[in-house]
Amino acid sequence: MRVTVTVRPREGILDPQGEALRRSLTGLGYDVTDVRAGKVFDLELEASDEADARRIADEISERVLSNPLIEDYQVGG
Amino acid sequence: MTRVGVLVFPGSCDDRDALRAVELLGAEAVRIWHRDEDLGGADAVIVPGGFSFGDHLRCGALAALSPAMAAVRAHAEAGGPVLGVCNGFQVLTEAGLLPGILRPNASLRFRCHDAALVVERESAWLPGASAGDRLTIPIKHHDGGWYAPPEQVAEIERRGQVLLRYEQNPNGSVGSIACVANERGNVAGLMPHPEHAVDELLGSTHGRVLLQGLLDLAPAPVPA
Repeated sequence: MRVTVTVRPREGILDPQGEALRRSLTGLGYDVTDVRAGKVFDLELEASDEADARRIADEISERVLSNPLIEDYQVGG
Repeated sequence: MTRVGVLVFPGSCDDRDALRAVELLGAEAVRIWHRDEDLGGADAVIVPGGFSFGDHLRCGALAALSPAMAAVRAHAEAGGPVLGVCNGFQVLTEAGLLPGILRPNASLRFRCHDAALVVERESAWLPGASAGDRLTIPIKHHDGGWYAPPEQVAEIERRGQVLLRYEQNPNGSVGSIACVANERGNVAGLMPHPEHAVDELLGSTHGRVLLQGLLDLAPAPVPA
């Protein structure tokens, strides 16, 4: 079963990568006022059903894929 | 003789300097491979610098999951001293043994130069140093901006867990904090490299202070 996890920098946390991107985009003439850079993980995993897959993905996201001090994650979508 | 275990992960690169520095200080140094499940009888542990597991995911995140780190956790929980340097600092924060996390430098630039560090307080980690003393120890990192939420920083400051601050903040670390210890005081981490500052030939011997602190914190070895 395939589950997608998205990890984003938390609101209010300085994101130097996003800020560098924003500056470059502004330099290209785009009117972009904010960029937040995150990560997307596609997990292929063994699970009995969709709810089980989400539970496993939740656990993996919390334990490994994100650091709760600076990041939020979202399972699915 | 005190035995210091130096962890080695795929991508570690400062393990040899750490081993040599420990020997210069008159202690025995042993390598611990990341798949080892015990610390080979080490009394103290150094988690050295480098780019463990290619810095994939987050710096130190994958190394923190290794079997050797489970042994380091048990050692730390038993009160054994652990020093994390650079990537080793990142590993210890990701393992939850030290507070906070290291983020990309605010400038997004790799910084490689000597850093002046100001001693915050007298500590077993800094034998012979007094508050306000200045230590020169080199830094070389891209992800050295220490961060913790404001309420956690306030708690860390209140409990006296800050050991060193940057004189000039090179990486955007909160409160210019350069070296932080855990609440119990037996685990400490910093981005600057004490193991590169142990010989006059290399410009500074101030790194010996922290390494001596690590040795002093180790239980006295049983005489042979």
